[in-house]
Amino acid sequence: MLEIKQLTVRYGAITALHDVSLTVKAGEIVTLIGANGAGKTTALRAISGLQRAAGGQILFDGQDITRLPTHETVRLGLSHVPEGRMIFANLTVSENLQMGAFLQRDAEVIQREREFVFAIFPRLKERLKQVAGTLSGGEQQMLAIGRALMGRPKFLMLDEPSLGIAPLLVRTIFEKIVEINRTHGITILLVEQNANLALEVSQRGYVLETGRVILQDQSSALRQNPQVKSAYLGG
Amino acid sequence: MTEALQQLVNGLALGSIYALIALGYTMVYGVLRFINFAHGDVFMLGAFAALFLYPLAGGQPSVGGAILVLVLAMAICAAIGILIERLAYRPLRDRPRLNVLITAIGVSLLIEYGGQHQAMLGKDPRTFPDLLPATQFSIGGAVFGSHQLVVLALTLLLLIVLRFIVLKTRIGTAMRAVSFNPQAAALMGVNINVVVSFTFGLGSALAAAGGILYAMNYPSIEPLMGVMPGLKAFVAAVLGGIGNLPGAALGGLVLGLIETLVKATRWSNYADGIAFAVLILILLFRPAGLLGKTEVEKV
Repeated sequence: MLEIKQLTVRYGAITALHDVSLTVKAGEIVTLIGANGAGKTTALRAISGLQRAAGGQILFDGQDITRLPTHETVRLGLSHVPEGRMIFANLTVSENLQMGAFLQRDAEVIQREREFVFAIFPRLKERLKQVAGTLSGGEQQMLAIGRALMGRPKFLMLDEPSLGIAPLLVRTIFEKIVEINRTHGITILLVEQNANLALEVSQRGYVLETGRVILQDQSSALRQNPQVKSAYLGG
Repeated sequence: MTEALQQLVNGLALGSIYALIALGYTMVYGVLRFINFAHGDVFMLGAFAALFLYPLAGGQPSVGGAILVLVLAMAICAAIGILIERLAYRPLRDRPRLNVLITAIGVSLLIEYGGQHQAMLGKDPRTFPDLLPATQFSIGGAVFGSHQLVVLALTLLLLIVLRFIVLKTRIGTAMRAVSFNPQAAALMGVNINVVVSFTFGLGSALAAAGGILYAMNYPSIEPLMGVMPGLKAFVAAVLGGIGNLPGAALGGLVLGLIETLVKATRWSNYADGIAFAVLILILLFRPAGLLGKTEVEKV
């Protein structure tokens, strides 16, 4: 579904990604793990067009999307839950979900999408009228994912869904991620600092270090890899 | 009492014009976070567009002709506003904001001094024609010109239309999303360039309406006529809370009232100075403006 060939991204003189290649096949959960500043977020931003690529190629369903503006990638069925969630803090939960269906003009379809999101995150239904900025961190993350699902994407990119969330809720969120993938068939690319959890829910993983892919394997194999163990799994 | 009523109407009429211009400043600030200093010049171009369109609309004061001139002038200025953004600001979108700000000042000077050239609008003031048949009438001894009431009525109408566009339409929703967070808006599928163009078009059309209403009440127009109203409308936008639409309207009205009241006293020579003193006071004591919320920068 997604194929990245030798992607290079620069911020001014700093090269954030060097020749990164990776693929995500339809139906998979693939994870990108790595330390802070390894280039995980940059990779997602380049895919959704928030960041310009300096070199390389990004193919989505065989179509070259390397230079496509962000709103066009959304149209193709690619949805990105960005770092920091970027919910519309001044709007209500309901209005946030409405924004997620911006490209959909048919009110009936929007209603169906809402029900679909509520089935996954019943908590959002209870909070519909609440201003999004007043939700807890975990609820905001649910809202960010729910909003991204409103357009019924084929492909979902999640950037650090565990960040700033109570440990108990992290479990729940990851269960939901698996549900979104298994039950609803949405392909997922997951960026996560909590490597343990990320390798548990994914089929394959890539390890980024200072902008380069240094390892790639089945997630189960990566969890046994001594290098990964010592650097990312806490021994 | 009649004096007070009359000054009130004068102040509201002047304030309405400031409000129409201030809305453009605040909308552009909302989506792009910079001050379009050429906005006051679009106001001036609105008045000139009406001057040139006048003969086409019959060349006589008439309601139908006035509406035609107004609508066409607003459309022309919308196009000019969109063009300015395309040519001057869009290429600098990803550069530091200061670059765009300085460019805006450059565009402003270009329109003002380019406009003074013989081949363009010329230096000399021109008489603005009577678009509408003017009458005067009195309520309780206070005398009003029909033009003043036209200003108030048209401003109110435009504010209602604007409110509808911003709150009830798809493009308005997109504008609000972009002003909250452009990246999040793009991730929802919003085409930011379309939103920015629309915002410039809408703001410029309102400025054109303001220019025409201003010229109807002060019927001598020249290429520098937008400078002072433009600056004061900027003050009005900051007064109301930059980026806040009701704030811009309120700020315009408040500033118009203050200015008119000062002009009615023996300090009338200082009316302009007082407008800018208001800016300084606001920035000192309530930097977010009357209706603006202090934004907490999240790390």
